[in-house]
Amino acid sequence: MKNLENWIKNNTFHHSQFFDQRELLRQKEKVGASISLCIPTLNEEATIGKEIVIFRSELMERYPLVDEIAVIDSGSTDKTLEVAASFGAHTYFAGDILPEEGHKRGKGENLWKAIYQLKGDIICYVDADIKNIHPRFCYGLVAPLLYRENMHYVKAFYDRPLAFSQGIRPSGGGRVTEILVRPLFSLFYPELTGLIQPLSGEYAVRRKVLERLPFPIGYGVETSHILDVYHEWGLDAFGQTDLDQRVHRNQATTSLGKMSFGILQSFLGRMEKLGMPGQLPEMSSILRQFQAKDNEYLQVEHEIIEEERPPMIEIEGYREKFGI
Amino acid sequence: MNKTMDSILDSLPAITEGIQNIREILLANAVMFGEIPGPTGQEGARVRFMKDRFHECGCQSICEDEAGNAIAMLPGKKGNRTILVSAHLDTPFFGAVDHTVTVHTDRLEGPGILDNSIGLAAVASLPIILEKLGIELDDNLILMASAKSLGEGNIAGMRFFLENNKVPIRAGILVEGGTLGRLSYASLGMLRGNITCRMPEDYNYMRHGSAGAIPVLNTIIRRLLEIPIPQEPPTHLIMGQVKAGTSYNTAATSGALHFEVRSEQAGMVDAIEKQVKNIVGEVAFSSGFQLELIAAARRMNGSIGYNHPLVESMRAIMERLAVRPSISPSTGELAALIHNHIPGITIGLTRGSKRHELNETADIESMWTGLTNIIGLLQAIDGGFCDEES
Repeated sequence: MKNLENWIKNNTFHHSQFFDQRELLRQKEKVGASISLCIPTLNEEATIGKEIVIFRSELMERYPLVDEIAVIDSGSTDKTLEVAASFGAHTYFAGDILPEEGHKRGKGENLWKAIYQLKGDIICYVDADIKNIHPRFCYGLVAPLLYRENMHYVKAFYDRPLAFSQGIRPSGGGRVTEILVRPLFSLFYPELTGLIQPLSGEYAVRRKVLERLPFPIGYGVETSHILDVYHEWGLDAFGQTDLDQRVHRNQATTSLGKMSFGILQSFLGRMEKLGMPGQLPEMSSILRQFQAKDNEYLQVEHEIIEEERPPMIEIEGYREKFGI
Repeated sequence: MNKTMDSILDSLPAITEGIQNIREILLANAVMFGEIPGPTGQEGARVRFMKDRFHECGCQSICEDEAGNAIAMLPGKKGNRTILVSAHLDTPFFGAVDHTVTVHTDRLEGPGILDNSIGLAAVASLPIILEKLGIELDDNLILMASAKSLGEGNIAGMRFFLENNKVPIRAGILVEGGTLGRLSYASLGMLRGNITCRMPEDYNYMRHGSAGAIPVLNTIIRRLLEIPIPQEPPTHLIMGQVKAGTSYNTAATSGALHFEVRSEQAGMVDAIEKQVKNIVGEVAFSSGFQLELIAAARRMNGSIGYNHPLVESMRAIMERLAVRPSISPSTGELAALIHNHIPGITIGLTRGSKRHELNETADIESMWTGLTNIIGLLQAIDGGFCDEES
């Protein structure tokens, strides 16, 4: 997996590499890209105001890195849109965008319709439920696309505690990532295990890629994006940026079950589309997880061979003992 | 053309409107300061953020001094004189408290948002706001976020700065988040004291009993309440905190009482302090406990006077903005300015509620008027309308 190690080394960033927003702005002007920031929402009145205020101040007023900020809403019943609009965001109900295509309720629908509604060459998606919002959640993801022409899809990853007693610490995604997605990728797409948090809701993507991707409207959107981008543009199209900590609502296990179900649907659907059922590739016996040491991310390989015993009744000694 | 005070007053509505157009600058700074914990003596992270903000808007001579203050210079067109604008960095909240700030349509909410994230945001935002409004001052501005202000911090940051500053300061504006209309031009005489109480190793249970430190503190409190406190000029003895004991069934071996005496009458705090000392001595003798009175912070009475041109200008600006002045003496950094013979006032930026609670709020709409107060006053000082005739 030398290729994967190289990818992790070359395509993994830390937001602090891009803290100089004046320099970023110069790079943006040099490459002539426009950037849209999209915040998909559904009942996020508690956090949306802060996101808009911080992004407008830091990414539009101080350093005009972002050309537009839009909230695309699935039909909030609280004051999400009122709060967002009061602080100057463009707000849209997803059902009003491309009405001839109908309205489906789901985050993926908002992301998909944003491609039509927004103008940017790069669209950065940031979830609305981040309590510790900071401009790095946008510039940390957009920056690699401004500097690396062959990179198309940059995902966020999080959670590096500043103090850890052992020097080496486990690092990875959330529960669904570690329990479902990483084992699936390890089995069928070992190269994609380099993505530390494939399900993170924050990513920046070039329009020319987004407009060619199908969008599951539910929980499977991130997983299917990764598979589709990988098949069409290869591993080098991906980047990932460490955004440090992300504080957000913790989801109940039952919600994670729903999420996992949606992701499995999307994953198996992709396999069917690629003609893989019935001719599954050889399943790997290596599970790849992450640990972090200082600023380095190391893959830890676990060989897990799920050996299987036959029914006891097929064992000769058993049959003899019980006279079968 | 030289500005007149009338032209400054006439320009205030346009300033308010201009500020509202770039309001995210102030709000975002308030949120970001609010989410960085800043307990007294541990303001380092806030200092770093303030210095970053100073760097980003082109300030000069940016530094963190020995006392932990963040300081920068915004050069004026002429730069012959210097005005100080300062807000204190610290809050009464421990670092472990959830410092998340919530932005509602009409208010910000979070611990310390009013005292003093909004004040810090105003200082951090001032250079960019002046630039966006097209206001160029002749005077230099020293922008400062002062450390160790609250409680036992004893305004150490500001005192250090004024004791070591080499640049003559024409006037000082001290910015507090709350409350809009606040106008302080006098400092209260004040003493913050800790009475500590400890059972000695050779404590004589037979002679003094075994009830422990709490009854001893109770005796002190009862005696303090017997001290005659004049109503005029206003004088107060505040017992703010009592600490003692660990469980239901164990007599406390130590304890402490934190109190504050404040008075608008010069000499009154000293007189009360003498009585407190006597009480502590008497109770120590009768209880057999080791008692000690420690002065944690102290302020001298002082005032620049209601009719000082700085105060008159501030009142005129407030009147034009339909803000009713709420005049009260300060126990904060203003005492250090007055002690150093620098004309200064403390003003509040906005309205709010639940001060020093976890869900402290700061109203958004009144912030713009509060900021206009500061900018109007800066122009008045810069124009020479706040200097006393020599």
